[in-house]
Amino acid sequence: MIDNNILAPVFIHLFTAIIQLICWRKTVTQRVLSIGGSVLGLLVAIRLFNRVDQSGILTMNAANWDAPFGIVFVADTLSTTLVLLTSIVAVAVSMFSTVGISKKRMLYGYFPIFHFLILGLIGAFLTGDIFNLYVFFEVIIISSFVLMTLGGRKAQLEGGVKYMAMNILASTFFLTGIGIVYGLTGTLNMADLAIKIQAVDNQTLVGLTSCFFIIGFGIKSAVFPLYYWLPSSYHTPPSAVAATFGGLLTKVGIYAMLRIFSLIFIPDDFMQSLLMVMAVFTIITGSLGALIKNNIRRLFSYLIVCHIGFLVGGIAMFSTVALTGVIFYLIHDIMVKTNMFLIAGLIRQLKGTLEMNRLGGLYKEYPKISLLIAVVLFSLVGIPPLSGFWPKIFLFQEAFSQEQYIFALTLIIGSFVTLYVIAKMWARVFWRDQEEERTVNSSFDSLQPYRKVLLVLPILMLATVTLFIGLNAEYVLKIASKIAAQLIDTEPYIKAVLGNR
Amino acid sequence: MKSPILQTATRYLLPILLLFSVFLLLRGHYYPGGGFVGGLVASIAFVLHSFANGTADTLKILRYQPISFIPIGLSLLVLSTVAPLLGGLPPMTALWFEQPVPVIGMIGSALFFDIGVYLVVIGVILTILFTIALD
Amino acid sequence: MELLLTLVLGLLYAAGVYLILRRSMVKLLLGIMLLGNGTNLLIFLLGKLVKGQPPVMDESVSVFKDIYADPIPQALILTAIVISFGITSFAIVLLKRVYALVDSDDLDDLNTPEEEEEDL
Repeated sequence: MIDNNILAPVFIHLFTAIIQLICWRKTVTQRVLSIGGSVLGLLVAIRLFNRVDQSGILTMNAANWDAPFGIVFVADTLSTTLVLLTSIVAVAVSMFSTVGISKKRMLYGYFPIFHFLILGLIGAFLTGDIFNLYVFFEVIIISSFVLMTLGGRKAQLEGGVKYMAMNILASTFFLTGIGIVYGLTGTLNMADLAIKIQAVDNQTLVGLTSCFFIIGFGIKSAVFPLYYWLPSSYHTPPSAVAATFGGLLTKVGIYAMLRIFSLIFIPDDFMQSLLMVMAVFTIITGSLGALIKNNIRRLFSYLIVCHIGFLVGGIAMFSTVALTGVIFYLIHDIMVKTNMFLIAGLIRQLKGTLEMNRLGGLYKEYPKISLLIAVVLFSLVGIPPLSGFWPKIFLFQEAFSQEQYIFALTLIIGSFVTLYVIAKMWARVFWRDQEEERTVNSSFDSLQPYRKVLLVLPILMLATVTLFIGLNAEYVLKIASKIAAQLIDTEPYIKAVLGNR
Repeated sequence: MKSPILQTATRYLLPILLLFSVFLLLRGHYYPGGGFVGGLVASIAFVLHSFANGTADTLKILRYQPISFIPIGLSLLVLSTVAPLLGGLPPMTALWFEQPVPVIGMIGSALFFDIGVYLVVIGVILTILFTIALD
Repeated sequence: MELLLTLVLGLLYAAGVYLILRRSMVKLLLGIMLLGNGTNLLIFLLGKLVKGQPPVMDESVSVFKDIYADPIPQALILTAIVISFGITSFAIVLLKRVYALVDSDDLDDLNTPEEEEEDL
């Protein structure tokens, strides 16, 4: 069905960014606009989600050129779910940024760039054209470069160089893959590619081309041999920025993998084992890294890597059950990882440091906030009935029925390491008594009450969503299995884009 | 480096280059040219001027900070993109006026899109180059 | 012509990868630019080369009668050039700042220990 309004969330963030650019250097106006724009974006995203849930896949042919000749935007359940999650994250992060970002950074245009980043993310989820996906990826990485380096501290710029070099390389691989695919099939529309790629004589070449996409998306989503840029750069920017990055940027890579591998390059045995090996090593190296880190944000960075492995392993098994687990985990992971970095920012605000050796006594001083944080940490670990628990059941089930025992084992290892590091962090940061000689330079107590609310409310909001996912798992499961069914059977997607030709 | 030859040449070259950039912008819909190329030529004209007379002088003849071109261009660009939505058409559909305008020819929403691109390109390039130059 | 372009393409990719693997920041930048150009050339080459047949119709006819060049690779390359222009200019500014702070062109020197920051 054709609906010309599916790009509304993109335009709302674009307009917000433009108005903020007009109000250059007026930081108060920009803060108000940012929250307002994000909330409006969330409302539109909810409406879009409901519409797609009720009336099926919606498409829009940009500039009125029929698919496959023009650029087509497609809103299926996977896209709209991710757009909805992105919008929730946008609201939370823009609220947190109003207090958590220094005035200096705001003067250099933090908020417009942030909205460009969100715009790029939403656009990437909604597009149905592979080159347009590349363009939105570039919008994302250019905005993230700026956010990464805004403020210009030495460590930040150094992290920025590593981040930039790897991401440009990833884009080059992606673009090379697109070039070869275009040469093979003569089309860029993903639904059209799904049909035409099967008619290519030289299927070996198709398999080789898919490796370009694996490398490109692998760098972006930080899987095993390609993830080293992530832990060496994600701890440098401010927490609000790291929250957006940690929650969403790696997941765009996973989204692109899901899309490309379900529609165009259906994984064969070789591809499945390749992805599986990558997943196993991602989990192991990620958890080993998390074990030795003392800085909370570095610890979280390694946990991102570790949990990306769960997702890639699910994609490698490529069955309805496994994909249901992947989608459920993706929904849970976006909410929790964003919240983790916001929490790191809050801890820094409370205690003035993120080194676990120097922290302590948080529970004694702030019991309510600590309990809130505990809910999020338990969800991350996957204590039943919280949100991290349910998707793992599906991944385990499928790992056993496909006899992927090594993956099942690493899943267990990954989960236990997560439990161990989080328990260690909880014991050190919250339960242990603060050492006497440490001077605490907390900037939290001196804040005005509404600023305190602006710091805690986003965390509360995301924690509520996490609780909803965990306690209302039946509903989320229904969505996830619907998406998984759409990923396995792509007929409706292709039909919605190309019509009945 | 202040060279009288370059300064004198720039005095005549700047208007010619700007005129050429507008020419490129306007013919861009059916022939080689367009907003991006036009914007590049226009910004090169200003860069040439800053080579000859110094960046401070160029900022003076620009009157506005180059960064303020970006929101103007962007809003023009976005408005021309979403305008078709009012008529129930998908975004970015080209809308055309019925009658051709003298000198310019047919005017459509694509032209406003191109003007937006033109302004954004000038704004972005001059902002980046002047930031590097003033460091 | 295809053979020549393929050789140039391979050369660009090889040089780009070689330069990226060096430890110097300037060479990293040059390598990224060469790789970007190589990719553009690849798209151009895979869009099939057609000599002297522009994808623009004569005003006297209404449909294409002859073989014509595919306009899509050109549009893709134009977009890719614009994007790589933006990225390259950002990279230059960033590397210049880093060089001013670190005072070294060596990528291995980019590991200053964690410092405490002034805001979240």
